[in-house]
Amino acid sequence: MSDNELHVLASYKSSFDRLEQSLNGEAASQLHTLRRRALTALEEKGFPTTKEEEWRFTNVAPIAAKSFVPVLHYSHEGVTRADAAKSLLSDPEAVQMVFINGHFSSELSSASIADGKVRVTNLATAFRTEFESVSRHLGKYVRHDENAFTAMNTAFVLDGAYVFVADNAQIEAPIHFLFIAAGNKSVMAAPRNLIIAGKNSKVSIIETYVGLTATPYLSNTVTEFVVGENARVEHDRLQDEHRDAFHISTVHFQQSTNSNVVSNAINLGGSIARNGITSVLAGEGIETTLNGLSLGTGTQHIDNHTTIDHAKPHCASHEIYKAVLDGKSRGVFNGKIFVRKDAQKTDAKQTNKTLLLSDEATIDTKPQLEIFADDVKCTHGATVGYLDDEQMFYLRSRGVGFEQARDILTFAFAIDVINRVHVDALRNRLEAMIHERLQEGRQLEK
Amino acid sequence: MLEIRNLHASVTGNEILHGVDLNVKAGEVHAIMGPNGSGKSTLAGVLAGREAYEVTEGQVRYNGKDLLEMDPETRAREGLFLAFQYPVEIPGVSNTYFLKAALNAIRTHNGLEPLDAMEFLSLVKDKIKLVDMPGDLLNRSVNEGFSGGEKKRNEIFQMAVLEPKLAILDETDSGLDIDALRIVADGVNKLRSKDNATVVVTHYQRLLNYIVPDYVHVLVDGKIVKSGGKDLALLLEERGYDWVREELEVGA
Repeated sequence: MSDNELHVLASYKSSFDRLEQSLNGEAASQLHTLRRRALTALEEKGFPTTKEEEWRFTNVAPIAAKSFVPVLHYSHEGVTRADAAKSLLSDPEAVQMVFINGHFSSELSSASIADGKVRVTNLATAFRTEFESVSRHLGKYVRHDENAFTAMNTAFVLDGAYVFVADNAQIEAPIHFLFIAAGNKSVMAAPRNLIIAGKNSKVSIIETYVGLTATPYLSNTVTEFVVGENARVEHDRLQDEHRDAFHISTVHFQQSTNSNVVSNAINLGGSIARNGITSVLAGEGIETTLNGLSLGTGTQHIDNHTTIDHAKPHCASHEIYKAVLDGKSRGVFNGKIFVRKDAQKTDAKQTNKTLLLSDEATIDTKPQLEIFADDVKCTHGATVGYLDDEQMFYLRSRGVGFEQARDILTFAFAIDVINRVHVDALRNRLEAMIHERLQEGRQLEK
Repeated sequence: MLEIRNLHASVTGNEILHGVDLNVKAGEVHAIMGPNGSGKSTLAGVLAGREAYEVTEGQVRYNGKDLLEMDPETRAREGLFLAFQYPVEIPGVSNTYFLKAALNAIRTHNGLEPLDAMEFLSLVKDKIKLVDMPGDLLNRSVNEGFSGGEKKRNEIFQMAVLEPKLAILDETDSGLDIDALRIVADGVNKLRSKDNATVVVTHYQRLLNYIVPDYVHVLVDGKIVKSGGKDLALLLEERGYDWVREELEVGA
């Protein structure tokens, strides 16, 4: 480790000490033991380097070089209702909670919900009111020592989103968590989210990440899903951080028998964004669908690492990840599919498609299939290309201008992923956003 | 309307057109016939502005303007339309969305107000009858999953909506059964007027039974070697292209 990295790690340690002092009696709790173990893991491992296979294409040195300040307490940082409204869904039925720098903002959120069917609240509250459930699941799926970022998130677990859906409860209204980064300090916002969907339940969870500050910050998020037997979960994740921000996310779905998960991950922002999404299919008859769309311009770096772990027989997984890269942006897709020895009759399909809008944009794509069962169907395919000349000429030969033709084709390529979002208000919003961003991107690259 | 003078064009360095001359006036229908590889599609492509073709000599005037100076979209906005031999599939772009963008680009270029969604829809409903096309094709992606006949009908439907001054039909008859051929030809005939012109590029005489040309030109080895009235097409059908070649050799 370099001197600077040691210095950075020491600054996280001193933040941790401050946190510990503020805890008073709680410092001996089970949760805090987990925090302490995570801090130790961070100190021991340090930040990943491109020498590690998992991080070969994504250099996090710019993040490791800077001491971001973990946010220990809520502060509104001047964010108004109007600011938040811009990123909230225009769906009166939606349950929407706002977090600032990782901490729940009661002043900007609709009331939390707690009835027989569903409880939607923030993690800090759930520590008190749902202690048993939280301690049974928190940190049990995303390992605190998986990497420096999960370690940092776990070391500073304080707040985040918490949802508990009771058995047999079908929640039609989408539940939306809006995470806003704000203020003039280089903070680390580290929300920790826990979603528990009971047997036969149904729920749609949306996470949105935006930044209202040009001061570089780090969003370092972990979301754990516990998906009960025969439960149906849709998870839509919109990463629209500030262009100078860093975004590292870890999402885990722990799926039980006959459950169904659809994950749509949309990445628009950040200077370096890295998302790790893992589905563990720990029962039979499970279906999991991971979709992704990334738009990159300028010098953005967007990395999606997905892992689908087929542990049991008769499960299906579908995966389509697309990227549109302009300017000097860089994309990474690494799609792991494990098919364990027991997982006979697995049906897994992975597709990765990249559209390059400039000669200087690049993508590193790596399918990684590890199959230990013999009676399975697994396919994967990756395509990388530029806009199709014949399609461009066809549109232009009808009078459509060059730029509009380019926008139409790019939009058509991208929108395919957005169309898989089932939440109407979000899909409409995303459609408008993609349209707008592609045009902005074009202006930017001129 | 269209004056082609001594047009030479190459693809990847190989000259395909060796000096084509052609005059097309408003109200006329011209047929350009020729064997495979004679340069018919190259000529159509050069006129529509395909980038793969390089014009090395000659000029093309279109309504008094230099056609070759214009990019493909400007040619279309000035009223030129190419019905593709192989219409392109564009997944994810609906037929109506695409056509509305095209029509409004053309209208704006010509100083007309763009049509709103309602106006456009009523126009489309009117025009679609012309080619007897199922309405659901409108909402599908451009040409995606269309049958060969549906693709060609879609070309003529687009032509009906965009109302070009000069339409070039590139092998529109290829791959059509007789019923589809009739529908396509009917559509073209209904769109004919004294103000617009049509150039039909074809290998076979068959289509010309339905779209009756005023002039027939024979293109062989990149040159128009013979021109005549509609009867020339019948003669060609009867005697084949070799007859023209032989005649040429005798003449030389």
